[in-house]
Amino acid sequence: MGKNAGSKLLFHSSDWNFRTLGHAYDAIEAIALDELGLDVYPNQLEIISSEQMLDAYSSVGMPLMYQHWSFGKRFVYEEHAYRKGHHGLAYELVINSNPCITYLMEENTMAMQTLVTAHAAFGHNHFFKNNYLFKQWTDAGAILGYMDFSKKYIAKCEERHGTSAVEAILDSAHALMDQGVFRYRRPPRLSSKKEQERARERLEYEEQTYSDLWRTLPRATGRPDPAEAERDALERKKVLNLPEENLLYFLEKNSLVLEPWQRELLRIVRVIAQYFYPQRQTKVMNEGCATFVHYTIINRLFDQGKISEGTILEMLHSHSSVVFQPHFDDPRYSGINPYALGFAMMQDIERICNQPTSEDRDWFPDIAGSGQWRETLLDAWANHRDESFILQYLSPALIRKFRLFQLTDQADNKYCEVASIHNEQGYGEIRKALARSYDVAANQQDIQVFDVDLLGDRRLRLEHRMKNGIVLEEASRDETLRHIRHLWGYEVSLAGVDAESGRVRYECSTG
Amino acid sequence: MPNFIDRRLNPKDKSLGNRQRFLKRAREELKRFIKDRVKTDRIADVDAGHAVPMPARGASEPTFQPARGSGDRQYVLPGNRDYMPGDRIDKPPTGGGSGSAAGKGLAEDDFQFLLSREEVLELFFEDLELPDMVKLSLKESVAFKPRRAGFATSGSPTNINVGRTMRNSYGRRIALQRPGRKTLEALEQEIGRLEAELNPDISQRQHLEALRAQLDMLERRRRRIPYVDPVDIRFNRFERQPLPNANAVMFCLMDVSSSMGEREKDLAKRFFVLLHLFLKRRYDRIDIVFIRHTDEAGEVDEETFFYSTQSGGTVVSTALEEMLRIIQERYPAKEWNIYAAQASDGDNASRDSERCASILTQELMRLCQYYAYVEIIDERETEIFGSTDNGTSLWRAYRTVDGEWPNFQMTRIARPSDIYPVFRKLFARQPTLQYRR
Repeated sequence: MGKNAGSKLLFHSSDWNFRTLGHAYDAIEAIALDELGLDVYPNQLEIISSEQMLDAYSSVGMPLMYQHWSFGKRFVYEEHAYRKGHHGLAYELVINSNPCITYLMEENTMAMQTLVTAHAAFGHNHFFKNNYLFKQWTDAGAILGYMDFSKKYIAKCEERHGTSAVEAILDSAHALMDQGVFRYRRPPRLSSKKEQERARERLEYEEQTYSDLWRTLPRATGRPDPAEAERDALERKKVLNLPEENLLYFLEKNSLVLEPWQRELLRIVRVIAQYFYPQRQTKVMNEGCATFVHYTIINRLFDQGKISEGTILEMLHSHSSVVFQPHFDDPRYSGINPYALGFAMMQDIERICNQPTSEDRDWFPDIAGSGQWRETLLDAWANHRDESFILQYLSPALIRKFRLFQLTDQADNKYCEVASIHNEQGYGEIRKALARSYDVAANQQDIQVFDVDLLGDRRLRLEHRMKNGIVLEEASRDETLRHIRHLWGYEVSLAGVDAESGRVRYECSTG
Repeated sequence: MPNFIDRRLNPKDKSLGNRQRFLKRAREELKRFIKDRVKTDRIADVDAGHAVPMPARGASEPTFQPARGSGDRQYVLPGNRDYMPGDRIDKPPTGGGSGSAAGKGLAEDDFQFLLSREEVLELFFEDLELPDMVKLSLKESVAFKPRRAGFATSGSPTNINVGRTMRNSYGRRIALQRPGRKTLEALEQEIGRLEAELNPDISQRQHLEALRAQLDMLERRRRRIPYVDPVDIRFNRFERQPLPNANAVMFCLMDVSSSMGEREKDLAKRFFVLLHLFLKRRYDRIDIVFIRHTDEAGEVDEETFFYSTQSGGTVVSTALEEMLRIIQERYPAKEWNIYAAQASDGDNASRDSERCASILTQELMRLCQYYAYVEIIDERETEIFGSTDNGTSLWRAYRTVDGEWPNFQMTRIARPSDIYPVFRKLFARQPTLQYRR
């Protein structure tokens, strides 16, 4: 190991090379797997330059991405901010795939590369492999292959149908990306062969027994029976599986105007949206897990004498700026830092397991003083998302540490009211409110396909279930509706219904 | 040991295509912005890079977003100092209260990016051209430009294609088995060696004879088969491709008399700067003649035209006469597309305006493809001269020309912001004009 044979240090200079990267990786791996008990996908570490990092940023962090102007827009934005020094680039970027790909920036010092390897290649990697959301919703083994397919497919479509035709569909699909995920149920499985066979037989039977005479029978005249109309609607909804929360899915399957290749484009956008959906629900946990892992590992490395004091100081400096949480009235404040909150909560769990106070024993009787912090954390990482994690593990001690308080903001009032602060009465409320603010499904606009009369005017009826009276921003709402109309082919209307009272608050439509 | 891959040598510009698509998309918006910018800035600045705010309209990505300031919300914020439950905090006057609710979209649109000089000018002069660029009446006397068209067996020596010729010669030499220099040299050496032998025996003597005969035969063969034969020679063949007559000259006529105040001169100069930029950018082969006049006119160079100050009385016709003289001297109308742009405040010596009009109708307009007259007027005069018929003496005189000649255009500029629209109006692409006559 280096020139200094007696020393156990993994590296001496701040420059890295592939040999020292390898040594550091091995040392980190030993701690991560044996001491922390992590379970990771095989790692693939790739060294990239800053330009390549900018490229990766603008294509939402995927190594392969189809071409679209919006990525160019993001690139211009990121590049501008980077060149002006508004913000630096991330030290790493990690992709939820198998093998797990981690990008390391070439500018990093060896200390940073070590930190980043621990953070991404073990922290994030473990989380991707074990968290139930990722397990359920994403297929890490297949995503790179799928991205390769989609990139080629879209390029082929552009060749055949022209760039602008493809762009028009992608624009519309991107507008619905947030409404393009299944939140509550698994995507419907493809019907099995047997069922398809049965459907075909039924159709054949109907064709054979078809009699034109039935058509000549007079229809019921006069006012249609309201009960009958309702039954029709119910029948219709059942056939189309309505209401449907996944607008992209519904349009892909049922649009009246799209060609097969256009449906495939919608599908691609939908699959990507679904792939990223777990990441949005586990921001705090994912970053917290990775930060906790790297923090634990660098300290162990230091204890083992494998990194020098200078190195660990450099790492801790970077670490502390990552987990910095400015106060709400600080100009630097831009929301709660997921790194800070996640890391603090996980450290707090370790503390509760090892050195609980009597308050902790009241709040967390099952883990306080158990000493089983590793098992507790592994379990939390595997079985929670941000909302449930905060709801279960945010301790009063941490609420005091962050000095959290809750504001109530009612549109009619000219003021915000402080609802609760970090005191005995407030802990529960703050914990609940903070957890709710991390519930992606609850915070996203709940817009569902409510009804469509395929035999009538073919108008697509959407319903917006409004929570707490929050309406949609009108300009972007109307534009998004136009995108839906583009994909659907006929008029689209949207009704805002109050989720609690069921009363209709507003209605709008494209035509 | 994990799998390390060094990607630094991979191609960098993965996003280049996306960036170009974005620029294409944002084009309309950028164009509008640059035009606005030009109205306010100094025109000469067009010729420079520009920071342009992120275009929002053409490149917006709408989604369903919650409206700010609607409904009831709860925020959890860190860093409470002295708030107690029930305390009321006034909302800030505009927008949502807390940073946590700030939309990402807003921040993203709120930045600028740089367009290069080329990109700016491209956007700026899009869809503009000199009208009637090809002299349709002179179709038969068009210029020719030689264009490569394969090879020929005859031609002038300067056009010999050496590569082709040598290839043919090489092929022919192989086919006819012309002996090479090396073969001959080897034979000569062998002969020389045998001749040097002091006491050659019979077989050696016979061999020598045979060799001499062979050498003789080969040399004759070599003489008969030339290294390069006339049949090998190939010439580059050129076809005369008729070229539309695209010689163009632009006359810039500016009034610098004392009646033109600083403001008027500034406006006129701005107009010509724009014209100059446009011509330089769009047409690589165009002559520009600068003429300025007071009560006498003179051709000047670019520098003097734009930057020097001179003053005096006003006789507009002198400029037209000067232009006429230069045309006769250097730019025969048969070979040149002639354009002219004139800027003046419309003040003229008495009865000179009629003279100007008659020079135009009787001589200049016959020669010119297009003549644009720009009158710089006072802002207050815009109301007075609301209708196009009223105006200065020069304006009224030119109205008669305008009526007679469709390729004569006249317009007024009162403020800097008029310049660009007027410019666009004068030089907008006119597809029908070409087929007019």
